[in-house]
Amino acid sequence: MRVLVLIPGPLRQTAGNQAKVEVDLPEQATLGTLLDHLAARYPLLDRRLRDERDVLRRYVNVYVDGEECRRLSGADTRLTPDSEVRILPSVAGG
Amino acid sequence: MHLLAIGTRKGLWLATSEDRESWSLSGPHHPMAEVYATAIENRRDRPRLLVGTTSSHFGPTVMTSDDLGATWQEPDHAPVAFPEDAALERVWQLALTPDPEVVYAGTQPSALFRSEDGGRTYSLVEGLWKHPHREHWDAGYGGQAIHTVLPDPADPLRLTVAMSTGGVYRTFDGGASWEPANTGIKANFLPDPYPEFGQCVHKVSWHPAVPHRLFLQNHHGVYRSDDAGATWTSIAGGLPADFGFAMVNHPHEPDVVYNFPLVAADHRFPPGGECAVYRSSDAGESWEALRNGLPDGFWTAVMRDALCTDAAEPAGVYFGSRSGEVYASTDEGDSWRRIAEHLPDVVCVRAAEV
Repeated sequence: MRVLVLIPGPLRQTAGNQAKVEVDLPEQATLGTLLDHLAARYPLLDRRLRDERDVLRRYVNVYVDGEECRRLSGADTRLTPDSEVRILPSVAGG
Repeated sequence: MHLLAIGTRKGLWLATSEDRESWSLSGPHHPMAEVYATAIENRRDRPRLLVGTTSSHFGPTVMTSDDLGATWQEPDHAPVAFPEDAALERVWQLALTPDPEVVYAGTQPSALFRSEDGGRTYSLVEGLWKHPHREHWDAGYGGQAIHTVLPDPADPLRLTVAMSTGGVYRTFDGGASWEPANTGIKANFLPDPYPEFGQCVHKVSWHPAVPHRLFLQNHHGVYRSDDAGATWTSIAGGLPADFGFAMVNHPHEPDVVYNFPLVAADHRFPPGGECAVYRSSDAGESWEALRNGLPDGFWTAVMRDALCTDAAEPAGVYFGSRSGEVYASTDEGDSWRRIAEHLPDVVCVRAAEV
């Protein structure tokens, strides 16, 4: 299945200067699978999103079809064909 | 050209000067990233700037620039990364060594990393990470971090590190084994005020030519060691207060050392709000206040790496404040001028000729 990932402006440089990235995934893939696929293609993007334990950084939000993944099942959130995954920096900094 | 790198809580500024009197400021580089560590390696064909940055959104990294900040590079994969059970929160110190390719990084959580490619990528010094004391090291307000790394310039197998909290540790075998070196340093926040380790050391400094003599600013207490850290004695008697963060040696005179006293842990301002660097010319036996050109009404503080010297003659001394001001002296501290203001909180400064 093919999933669309929307990359926010501050991170596009780490993703080949793209605002949208399409990722082909096996059926039943999870958000964690998607992030692993992204990491293989864009390692610098990945370490902006996750630390070395593959934990999503606290002030990075990832919305799966409009719902933030922490309100779903986090990295175990199941993706569906044509899912849209939107990465957004949350409110942080002073 | 003289270069002063100014790390703040919202980016890096670079000040340059031909005469150390008139300075030009550029920045912010890495806007909104906290820059707690910076270093200037000026022995390469092209000077290299190193910075440890932490984005509140996108995490920590180390970047380098070989064109004085015009462009910055970092590897695709994390240059400083922990093994499975921890994650890098911040790089607190980037320490140069006699070999320009070898750079050490002190980190939060407390660990030491070593680079052999000029500070681009690092590997964990496992001897310290696996130390049985590690589970007992605690976090101070700023986090639990190694903020001081002193590689012995005469012996690459000898290093001294300091952490908050935890105290001072040293190795004589290149990092394979480490021993605490805190005898005589007080921990006034623990039931046993003189533990083997666990002190909240704020900064340790030395002159590279005299690596057995160490100067230390503690969380209350100012100390000197004349035996490479084995034992410590107080040199706070001539200071107006024994609290503070910063401590740095004169670049040419091993017995000359600078400090920025603050009243106390619960009153983190210079005494009377009078901005003053203190200088000792006799290894801490006596101190003099250096105030010529520094303001009153200075209700702010100088952080542990926000006081530095350059290697020029006469020596330059620089410090930055949490209120975003930077002061410079080109006569070893006798007089000062403000060279930057209205910056974010200054957390580190480093100066060098490039």
